[in-house]
Amino acid sequence: MADPKSLYQEVILDHNRKPRNYGELAQANHKAEGHNPLCGDHLNVALKLEGERIDAIAFQGESCAICKASASMMTASVKGKTRQDAEQMIQEFRDMATGTLETDKQAHHLGRLTVFAGVRDLPTRVKCAILPWHTLHAALNSIADTSTESENDPMHAPIGDA
Amino acid sequence: MTARLSTLSPPPAPALDVGRLRADFPILETRPGGNALVYLDNAASSQMPRQVIDRLVRYQRSQHANIHRAVHTLSEIATAEYEEARRKLARFINAREEREVIFTSGTTEAINLAMHGYGRRFIGAGDEIILTTLEHHSNIVPWQMLAEEKGAKIRVVPISEAGELLIDEYENLFSERTKLVGVAHVSNALGSVNPIKQMIAFARARGVPVLVDGAQAVPHMKVDVQDLDCDFYAFSGHKLCGPTGIGILYGKAALLERMQPFKGGGDMILSVSFEKTTYNVIPQKFEAGTPPIAAAIGLGAAVDYLSGIGMEAIAVHEHNLLDYASAQLRRMKGVRIIGTAAHKAAVLSFALEGVHPHDVGTLLNQDGIAVRTGHHCAQPVMQRFKVPATSRASFAFYNTMAEVDALVAGIRNVQKVFS
Ligand SMILES: Cc1ncc(COP(=O)(O)O)c(C=O)c1O
Repeated sequence: MADPKSLYQEVILDHNRKPRNYGELAQANHKAEGHNPLCGDHLNVALKLEGERIDAIAFQGESCAICKASASMMTASVKGKTRQDAEQMIQEFRDMATGTLETDKQAHHLGRLTVFAGVRDLPTRVKCAILPWHTLHAALNSIADTSTESENDPMHAPIGDA
Repeated sequence: MTARLSTLSPPPAPALDVGRLRADFPILETRPGGNALVYLDNAASSQMPRQVIDRLVRYQRSQHANIHRAVHTLSEIATAEYEEARRKLARFINAREEREVIFTSGTTEAINLAMHGYGRRFIGAGDEIILTTLEHHSNIVPWQMLAEEKGAKIRVVPISEAGELLIDEYENLFSERTKLVGVAHVSNALGSVNPIKQMIAFARARGVPVLVDGAQAVPHMKVDVQDLDCDFYAFSGHKLCGPTGIGILYGKAALLERMQPFKGGGDMILSVSFEKTTYNVIPQKFEAGTPPIAAAIGLGAAVDYLSGIGMEAIAVHEHNLLDYASAQLRRMKGVRIIGTAAHKAAVLSFALEGVHPHDVGTLLNQDGIAVRTGHHCAQPVMQRFKVPATSRASFAFYNTMAEVDALVAGIRNVQKVFS
């Protein structure tokens, strides 16, 4: 087994092997596609907003384990939440991944998603973890197509109120 | 930690005293991230021996001034050392004349120089440029820019499933309008060594000049530009145990003389007035401004160092490493080698079933093994093999069989984590 400091913890490997909410979402009313042209990863996020509430959400795509597990855990944790709560988590996840949110010192709503805190030490992998969240943000705001290298790059773009 | 299978023959005896050579490379003793470094990313950039580092320091401490510009002694010393470096590089690739060796910032700039200097002058609307599927982006994008500007067309030589150029198709691509061939000597993504001598002869018989991207060849084999009879040959210093920011465009003198300058400025002119400027002779015509003097001198020291070892001995040792590593990977379940040309150099690209290359790279890094993962600036190759990216181990003469064993053990560990 990889060492415990490793990003590749059992939770992440498990979500990679058996991603939750994977596939199409027939009744979706918000969708977006995210790309990371640097590594060829791409990901679709589809969701059904009932008023302000995320009633259903699904994703599919081709990506590395970090991206896929992040997407899987994201869908599990935002399902049933309001749009505003989801945007709050997107912001917090991004801050954690880029190292501006210290999850063991500051308040947050990320729960088990803190297994991704380790990406902050792997600059080349930060975008892998963030891509699903970036795509969710785009879907919530009806931006059909997004890219980690576009002007709304997750590393630079203000996420939250778009 | 040997992961060798009992049925494999033992690795061949080294062609070089690798232990002694490794002692020349201070970085190989460092422990980035706390692990002994297994550096298998030499195709991206190689490491620098003490001899080159010391040469850079000596230049900077005792010989530095601007060149070609002043009568004072220090400037004369710096100029002499810079021109001596050019002589060394000319000898290293067996150029007929020193003035055929132009210092650039690297392969990319060398190709851009050829594009601006030759392409923009001699290639026009309806003309055709032949490139190949396995080119690095730096031998694609400049020609696309030219094609767009001039209305020229790009024709692409396909590759086989093994990653070998289809030579019949290459020959069929020629027409009256063909004005240039651009081809990599060795593919950085697949390791294929292309039959460039034969390709050049074919183009030459039709009066078409050939630019060879030698970035991945020069570090691994003896290159003789006269024997190849190429018109241009480009390579980078930093892949050749030299510094970054320096590279070479070799060009045949007669061709360079007909070309237009690439960058305008000081040193590339004989006289300037607002009515008329007269360009300098080659190679100065193409070296506007103050060049990276220290880097050029460092590269001169690097080719001295490599010549001291012998490019033939380097090639033998690296082939042994590649053969041994390829044999090991071929035997592993779930491992696909991408690029299986009969003739390869120093590059081993692979894919692990069910594991994305970025995860492979991050996990190998946790064991101190540095490989490159991604599209290797060769997206057409990735499209050809229908993979988003590959993992790539690339060897230098200072790598050992034990490091290949570490790579194999690292790959097994990745497979275990993802099992
Ligand atoms: C085949 C090939 N051509 C061109 C280049 C570009 O070299 P540089 O980045 O040094 O200009 C590389 C290096 O990545 C290469 O492998």
